[in-house]
Amino acid sequence: MSVNFLIHRAKEIQAVIDANASEIEKLDQEIGDGDHIFNVQRGIKLVIELEAVIKDLPISKALNQIAMKVLSGIGGSSGALFGTLFMTMAKGKDIDNGVDYKKAIEIFADGVEAVKQRGKADVGEKTMMDVLIPVSNCLKKGVEDNKDVKEILQEAIEVAEKGMFSTKDLLATKGRASFLGERAKGHIDPGARSSQLMIKTVCESVLNS
Amino acid sequence: MKKFMNSADDFLKESLQGFGAAHQDIVNCHYDPNFITRATPTKEGKVALISGGGSGHEPMHGGLVGYGMLDAACPGFVFSSPTPDQMLAAAEKVDSGAGVLFIVKNYSGDVMNFQMAAEMMQGPNESVLTNDDVAVEDSSFTTGRRGVAATVVVEKIVGSLAEHGGSLQECKALGDKVNKNSGSMGVAFSSCTVPAAGKPNFDIGDDEMEFGVGIHGEPGRRRDKMKSAQEITNELLEAINEDLKPETNEEILLFVNGMGGTPLTELYLIYDNAKNMLDKKNIKISRSLVGNYCTSLEMQGASITLTKLDEELLKHWDSSVHTAAMRWGV
Repeated sequence: MSVNFLIHRAKEIQAVIDANASEIEKLDQEIGDGDHIFNVQRGIKLVIELEAVIKDLPISKALNQIAMKVLSGIGGSSGALFGTLFMTMAKGKDIDNGVDYKKAIEIFADGVEAVKQRGKADVGEKTMMDVLIPVSNCLKKGVEDNKDVKEILQEAIEVAEKGMFSTKDLLATKGRASFLGERAKGHIDPGARSSQLMIKTVCESVLNS
Repeated sequence: MKKFMNSADDFLKESLQGFGAAHQDIVNCHYDPNFITRATPTKEGKVALISGGGSGHEPMHGGLVGYGMLDAACPGFVFSSPTPDQMLAAAEKVDSGAGVLFIVKNYSGDVMNFQMAAEMMQGPNESVLTNDDVAVEDSSFTTGRRGVAATVVVEKIVGSLAEHGGSLQECKALGDKVNKNSGSMGVAFSSCTVPAAGKPNFDIGDDEMEFGVGIHGEPGRRRDKMKSAQEITNELLEAINEDLKPETNEEILLFVNGMGGTPLTELYLIYDNAKNMLDKKNIKISRSLVGNYCTSLEMQGASITLTKLDEELLKHWDSSVHTAAMRWGV
């Protein structure tokens, strides 16, 4: 994983999110306040715009810049949660000496754990954590079991999709959807959907490279 | 949507510019990142008080910056939390070496963003979390009670202690105490419109009211048919008393707060009706505040806050204050 890798994946994510924007917006209008897609699109755009600033920086500094950008540029809860993810990844030990797939999985998992702490949300609360936590666990387990990287990524794509669909029948206990009680049931969480799309994009891109 | 605005993008900036120009003897407005400080630097050795939150609740918090209250305020976009870069820039400007106390209303966005600022800050800092809204049940399954109008009371009382040399720990402890001694509940007759959204936050019938409404128009306890002012006031006070349990002859502050679209005439009428009920219960109103302090844009509605006062709280409530929205003793 390099700064170049991050920028290219951000551009691919932008294309996928844009292609699915109306679906995500609709999900959010059903159980949220409808601004999730705009936050995600703005955040990705800000990261891509950082290219000139970060392209020659060590990865720890680049990740930190990305963190500060999404933190101040998205704002609200989403900014804080994504900011926490990147800020924690930036703190990964020795990452400026190179990040192989094992290291990338390690810092991603640390990041997801920090997001979990920040948002105080766990699996089963109808949030993006229903995607991020299982994916993080699946990636870590794959490394522990010495599985082939392609197999690990393929599994992660499946786990992300399963996590995303699982939010459909959950009650929301965090965030704005929690005010709806039973009325939130039957709807997929928009944050889970956008996270799943991002994970799928990154994993597929690595698989096809 | 009818609003005084030129464009949704410039709404906050133009309002801040006007605020800064109108009160240049009291405050300085800083932009990109946005924050408001006192016109004069923090006295050396004085704990710096910083609050903030989404805009749309004016005069909270910018109007509470000044002698005897806040050192800085960080306004987010309308109904959206400010971000850590704002708090860090504000802290750098107003920290005089005695530490920074953040005063934060309990909403997940605000809590997360202030928490991140606190983690990134170099110097000593503490936070007081306000959650005085008794309309919402506090439970481990929700974000918990919301911080509403009592935040103004916390900022006044802790502001006085900081001005009189209180340490960071003492200020934090007093802030927690005022929050614990306070309970609030509000009611809304109409909705409010966020400029960028362009349509009302919620729908409400001509003959309906949202009982226990939040300061962003979040749902409260129930949707009711309109009632008389005395009935509404009694129900608000009963809900607060059930939570706060003031004792007979206990001294309290009675704070009637307007949400932005209710005239002072009606707020004083609520005060009268509240006094009727509290007198009957032998609860002693020893201090009062009536006005628009913690608003929700143009929402028609009001909230009542009771704060139990002891000698220490009374002393700090009475001490001089000079801000755009509150001024006495100077």
